[in-house]
Amino acid sequence: MRRRGGARLASLVAILVGIVWLIPFLGIVMSALRPSRDVLYGWWRPPFRFTGQNIVGAWHHPTASIAAGLRNSAQLAVFATLLPTLAASLMAYGLARLRFPGRGGILMTIGLLLAIPQQMVAWPVFQILNRVGLLNTLTGLVLVHSAWALPWMVFFLRGFIETLPIELEEAAVIDGAGRFRTFFWIVFPLMFPALASAMVLQFTWVWNDFFMALILVYDPRRMVVTQQIPLLRGQYHVDWGLLSAGSLLAMLPPLLVFLFLQRYFVRGLVGGAIK
Amino acid sequence: MRRARKRGREWGAALIFLAPGFVLLVSFVLGPALQTLSLSIQDRTGFVGLANFRRLFADPAIVNPARFLQREPPWGALFHNLVWVALHLPITVGLGLVLAVVYARVRRWWVGLARGALFLGIVTPMIVGGVIIRYLFEGHSGIVPQILGALGVGRPWSGGWMAFPETALLGLILGSVWLWTGFSMILHSAGLSAIDPELFEAAQIDGASSWAQFRHITVPLLRPVTFVVAVMTFLWELKIFDIVYVATMGGPGRASTVLALEMYLAGFRTLDPHRASAIATLITLFSLPLGYWFATRRLRR
Repeated sequence: MRRRGGARLASLVAILVGIVWLIPFLGIVMSALRPSRDVLYGWWRPPFRFTGQNIVGAWHHPTASIAAGLRNSAQLAVFATLLPTLAASLMAYGLARLRFPGRGGILMTIGLLLAIPQQMVAWPVFQILNRVGLLNTLTGLVLVHSAWALPWMVFFLRGFIETLPIELEEAAVIDGAGRFRTFFWIVFPLMFPALASAMVLQFTWVWNDFFMALILVYDPRRMVVTQQIPLLRGQYHVDWGLLSAGSLLAMLPPLLVFLFLQRYFVRGLVGGAIK
Repeated sequence: MRRARKRGREWGAALIFLAPGFVLLVSFVLGPALQTLSLSIQDRTGFVGLANFRRLFADPAIVNPARFLQREPPWGALFHNLVWVALHLPITVGLGLVLAVVYARVRRWWVGLARGALFLGIVTPMIVGGVIIRYLFEGHSGIVPQILGALGVGRPWSGGWMAFPETALLGLILGSVWLWTGFSMILHSAGLSAIDPELFEAAQIDGASSWAQFRHITVPLLRPVTFVVAVMTFLWELKIFDIVYVATMGGPGRASTVLALEMYLAGFRTLDPHRASAIATLITLFSLPLGYWFATRRLRR
């Protein structure tokens, strides 16, 4: 009797929270797909007529074209995922398997860097990119995101490499393979699950980042999609249809990545935090 | 002799393995961080010691103790961040724990749907999260003020929350619960699946109620996970920026401003790198001890 009451309560909580959590998302979906004048007093009020007008408007927006933003974001996220994954794999292997003086100090330093916020590097990074002519370019942003990813990726991948059996590598060395061949032919392929998790997480984080893009890219044609969201808002009145449509388009890629690669995403989060 | 040569070769290999990452880290993370630190103890004329920090603590935009807990915000960015921690941390960590337990027990088709709804918050870009939050609390078209108005609650709760100093900060904090609870739930779920189910079976045989099992098995065994979640949540709250930027820009009248936003405004709007660096250093001082502990605890193990 009592247990059944508890289970019923649990079900109630579960379903209530699910509904409450869906409502905000449902709100922008509805307001993105309905004519603006129909949702002036709430997206939940009838009549329910649907239109693609907001989506088209955001896609071809004259000053903040979401189509261009998506393209820029995609370029940024792909390169800012591949570059740090490669650099971090090398670094993680070096720190996991090679013995050299200063190794502990380097690990501690990387640990410290992992703990600082983006604001701590913002101003000098702006100055550096300005000096080398990479301010306001996606290349500059790729470099900054790549560097920023290294501390957590190195820790994450290093932890994974240490779980791999060292016998395989020893066998390769006995067969006369050098460190590089051992790494690229034996260890790198074995790292696939960890690399997939790291890449899925990094792609999502770079795509979702706003702060770095905000300070380092200001040419409207080069802006990434997250930067365009505040620009869609308008100065004096908010066009919720347009803003919701842009928001929906901007969150679609990370949502799809998550839907199809959920396993790697969750494993990465859990592995990075708990194990 | 041979050993020495071997070691030398490892140095060479290590150098090549570490070099690409090292160059990136030094030029875009370590170097800039040290430069920010040095800017924070200077002004245009040179070294000034802690003067920038003293100025921050005397600035009502950062700390406004005269108003704190007497009236509505603005209480200053630092206090706003601390209020964020005080409300958001227990809600998200606790709710995530409870939901992980509930979703592990209830086996119905819609549980997947409910969990999916919580995942939405994790994958949504924070800037879109800010738009969603603003829309939730909008005056005529937002669902929260409309519901409260229908329940007979007066203003400002039934008006646009982001337009009033009493409600803006609270609205942002509640909205950020939507974005973060899923994270807490995922980690707690993972921790839960690592608990030996025989413990629960044994407790059931002994006649322990669900509540007793939760209280005496689940919570204590999940404590390490809960602690990690709390640390990461704390770090997230200190850095909060995007949602404030897009939803209120710190307004009205700085009533919802936070440290990261003040840093941005100082550095990139009023172009005062010394003030901006001091704020950035302040955020770092708050996050570094826990962040460092978190990052290196696996090294010590």
